[in-house]
Amino acid sequence: MTLAHARPGERLIVEKVGGERAFRRRLLELGFVPGTPVELVGVAPLGDPIELLMRGCSLSIRRGEALWVSVRRAAGAAEGCCDAPPPAPTLEAAVTPCGSCRRR
Amino acid sequence: MRIVQAAMSALGAVDRSGAGGATRPEAGERRAAGRPLVIVVGNPNVGKTTLFNRLAGARGRVGNYPGITVERRPGTLRLGGAGEDVELLDLPGCYSLSARSAEEQIAINAVLGLAGNPAPTLALVVVDAGQLIRNLYLVLQLVELEVPLVIALNMIDEVEDEPPSAAAIARIFGVPVVPTSARQGVGLDALAACLREQVSRPPRGRVAIDYPPALERDLARVAAALPPALRASPGRDRGLALWALMSVDEHDELRDVDPDLRAACLAVRRDAGARDLDDEVIATRYAFLDRHASVLHARVDQHLRKRAASERIDRVLLHPVWGFAVFVLVMLVLFQALFSWANPAITQVERATGWLQEQMAAHLPEGLLSDLLREGVVGGVGNVVVFLPQILLLFFFISLLEDSGYMARIAFLMDRIMKALGLHGRAFVPMLSGFACAVPAILATRTMERQRDRLLTMMVIPLMTCSARLPVYTLIIAALFPPAVGWVPVQGLLMVAMYLFSIVVTLAAAAVLGRTVIRGEHAPPILELPPYRLPDPRSTLRMMLERAGVFLREAGTMILVCTVVLWALLSFPRPSMPPAGEPTEAARQHALAESYGGRLGRAIEPALAPLGFDWKIGVGIIGAFAAREVFVSTLGLVYGVGEQDDEAIPLRQRIHEERRPDGRPVYTPLVGLSLMVFFALACQCMSTLAVTRRETHGWRWPAFMFVYMAALAWAASFLVYQGGRLLGL
Repeated sequence: MTLAHARPGERLIVEKVGGERAFRRRLLELGFVPGTPVELVGVAPLGDPIELLMRGCSLSIRRGEALWVSVRRAAGAAEGCCDAPPPAPTLEAAVTPCGSCRRR
Repeated sequence: MRIVQAAMSALGAVDRSGAGGATRPEAGERRAAGRPLVIVVGNPNVGKTTLFNRLAGARGRVGNYPGITVERRPGTLRLGGAGEDVELLDLPGCYSLSARSAEEQIAINAVLGLAGNPAPTLALVVVDAGQLIRNLYLVLQLVELEVPLVIALNMIDEVEDEPPSAAAIARIFGVPVVPTSARQGVGLDALAACLREQVSRPPRGRVAIDYPPALERDLARVAAALPPALRASPGRDRGLALWALMSVDEHDELRDVDPDLRAACLAVRRDAGARDLDDEVIATRYAFLDRHASVLHARVDQHLRKRAASERIDRVLLHPVWGFAVFVLVMLVLFQALFSWANPAITQVERATGWLQEQMAAHLPEGLLSDLLREGVVGGVGNVVVFLPQILLLFFFISLLEDSGYMARIAFLMDRIMKALGLHGRAFVPMLSGFACAVPAILATRTMERQRDRLLTMMVIPLMTCSARLPVYTLIIAALFPPAVGWVPVQGLLMVAMYLFSIVVTLAAAAVLGRTVIRGEHAPPILELPPYRLPDPRSTLRMMLERAGVFLREAGTMILVCTVVLWALLSFPRPSMPPAGEPTEAARQHALAESYGGRLGRAIEPALAPLGFDWKIGVGIIGAFAAREVFVSTLGLVYGVGEQDDEAIPLRQRIHEERRPDGRPVYTPLVGLSLMVFFALACQCMSTLAVTRRETHGWRWPAFMFVYMAALAWAASFLVYQGGRLLGL
């Protein structure tokens, strides 16, 4: 699935960023590397753009571009916060916690 | 508050032993005569400018990069005692050094001292302690390029319950780290001390990142193609190769990239096949940073309290109903301020100018010089100062909106609408300000990141119905149209129609220009929504004064010169020997008709005749170039009824009665409509052009603005007048 299809409050993991090089490079450099947890926080009142929470930072991109970001649902997203199993032993332990406690 | 002063004494050895040894030769040579140069770099929204202001005190000035409208703010840091001052340079915020456009290239050029930039002695990297990993990505790039640097671990007050470990950062990168809070003034002395110590022996960090072997081979290939002038040490060459590989491709807009280097990058990209080089580089860097995340105590939940508060506020401010209600309210206040609150101050400026001119007329001997001083110089200074109230007010609001974080929310709310125009949400506030006055509105386009967006917004702002058009509309509507026909309020409707017309034309012009002349690269906006913060009054005050200062210095002189030229145009040649005593209105009318401006009006009459204008209107249009409302007073002079305002009955009467040689009235309602359309579209404002020149660094864009708006105005008025005649009006 892509970010554009996610529901507000959903906890996701970035799988791949596609699209034009300039756009995907910017997203990657902001930390959207594969394996990074991301949450769709909400959608602007006029339906576009969308607000994301990633690495503790709120970002907004347009729906058209969100189509380029493939994601999967985070494992254990339903269980609640802070104890989601980290996909890799290194980064996510520090980055994952509490993403879902703050859903709108 | 626990301040971790990372003692860096142990790092001396690391610094000294850094690969390459000596500082880049050009750095030493170029700065030999001057003071050490410290550039301040960092992500946007990390309090970089606040820290700069704290360090540089009031001595900072605003400057510009050659050719490109991005701020470069030099300042001086008095280190005291040591006897040596340091020059500080505040660079625009950036998330990364990799570049696609010439605009993004500024960062790498400034950091490495390329393309005519002075090579910095040291980089002060400002890092948001609550967004550590993303901020360290930039630090990583700088260290890979072997740029000597000191890290300010800023906003430490926002994570005081569990601050990241400055010592750990210092250990990983091999550079000094000083925890600071620029807003609260914490850690500034320690930072100054650290800078003082480090400028004499710039610390060069070291970081060992293991890129995949295939990528290392690619990097070696690119590094081998570096031109000799760029080579320094194996480590820095590798850093540069990384930069080039991440930046160069078939479609980039970078300037002055060595052809061999470019060819090597393209060849490597071609040969990469299924491998994605961008993925490899960026993912490896982030993997490195994330591996250290636990050591650094870089936990995202540190921002949780701030973030949670922001989310609660956003629940209201981004709400479909309440969000827009608050938004409309904020914009109303902004608009009201520009339109009404500035008025008393504007009136005072005008009154003071008038008073000064009267005093000069009364006390200076009559003659050319006193006329020049009175009408040209004092009038010109008045023309400049009169903009200050609106500029100060607008930047007061912009600073509050930016610093509080609400500006990003405005962009978020309005993006959907602005997208339709080929712009993004940040263009909204400058466009709205255009309804009050194009001059501060054009200055406000600086809140946008990209040159292309700024340019497009600047080019269409003068089409908005600014307040200077109102006196012209009022005069024409009141003189030529009945207040009401039956129960239809004609005059009021016309005024509303003029506003709607200007909005439609502005939107259409943005859509057309954005797809033709100012196309630019398609760069989807990625907007950061920073947590809400309380604005800092010092920053606000500083921004207001800075913007006003730049306007006075750089656009002001141009406006002054134009005022003098216009005055000369309408006063020369001087009438031979004025009759004794007070010059009569008839004499002034005659002098104006015989002036160069009057002759010019007659010369351009053939061009204006198809629009329904005679030469006297032409003189009015020339005079209106000083400012649109001057049209009214110039017409007063042309018709010999004295200088008038738009409420004046004699001028309205006179306009109503003015006849062509064949006895037909000059001003029919159709001519009035044509004239209003002309004023709606033509760029009749030297101040707008002057400020556009200042913001775009050259005459090219103001010239384009003038020509396209004049052509648009002429064509539209032509259609209105000739179309109306065909319809028998």
